[in-house]
Amino acid sequence: MIALTRRYEFPAAHLLAQPSLSDAENRRLYGKCANPNGHGHNYGVEVSVSGRVDPLSGRIADPDILDAIFDERVRARFGHRYLNDDPAFADRVPTAENIAQVIHDELAGAIDERTGARLVRVRVRETRRNSFVYGVMA
Amino acid sequence: MPPVRITRAIEFSTSLRYCRPDLSAAENERLFGRRASKHGHNYRLEVTLRGEPDPITGMVLDLKQLQDVLDAEIMARFDHRDLNDDTPYFDKAAPTPENFALVIHRLLLAALPDGLLDGIRLEQDSTLYVEVRESPEGAGA
Repeated sequence: MIALTRRYEFPAAHLLAQPSLSDAENRRLYGKCANPNGHGHNYGVEVSVSGRVDPLSGRIADPDILDAIFDERVRARFGHRYLNDDPAFADRVPTAENIAQVIHDELAGAIDERTGARLVRVRVRETRRNSFVYGVMA
Repeated sequence: MPPVRITRAIEFSTSLRYCRPDLSAAENERLFGRRASKHGHNYRLEVTLRGEPDPITGMVLDLKQLQDVLDAEIMARFDHRDLNDDTPYFDKAAPTPENFALVIHRLLLAALPDGLLDGIRLEQDSTLYVEVRESPEGAGA
């Protein structure tokens, strides 16, 4: 089994609050992450793909194509943005767990189509002290 | 007792160019773009072993013994060398991180005591790494 991982970063703001709950309940649930005006992170993202190593190119996937897909589908959409405004988070709180899943679902089809490799894991590093994995653990 | 995984890391500096000797310079350039030019990386290699700790020593493998294998198999072959010109592994394939990781995995599999190697992670730089793992259970990914 062989996998290639590419690391990216994008800065974004978010606010953890469940709209169906009161301010007091959100504050109890999410603590300082429920600050009504939001806060931000440099999100680190690891994108891992697996597949056959092409005998001609020696690659599972061309990292330049992975970069283009990430730029188009993640950085352009979420970088320097307020995640709560994005339709992907209209009905779910932009926790790093949900961000990892949204990024996975955004990338999976395009990676499959344009590289022939399979997206197996997305890791979101919200700060240097916490990270979240959606997919297969190493 | 469940198996334990131990990981040792080494770092080495190596030059390379993506090149298939069976293709012309122009074809290599078209296939590999900027990576067809000679360049270099500070590689970081993490080697993970998996096994039962010895009941007497409490160790899966003495890290000194592991380091000796890494020195002989990896550092001596690749550190401050050129992958294309100083090693025999890339005559037919370009030294992409995928191919380089597969070469390293093969060398370590042959040099380490049977059944100990769990997997490797080869980091080419802070933006890219390749993992090779024996079993689908560890999932390599």
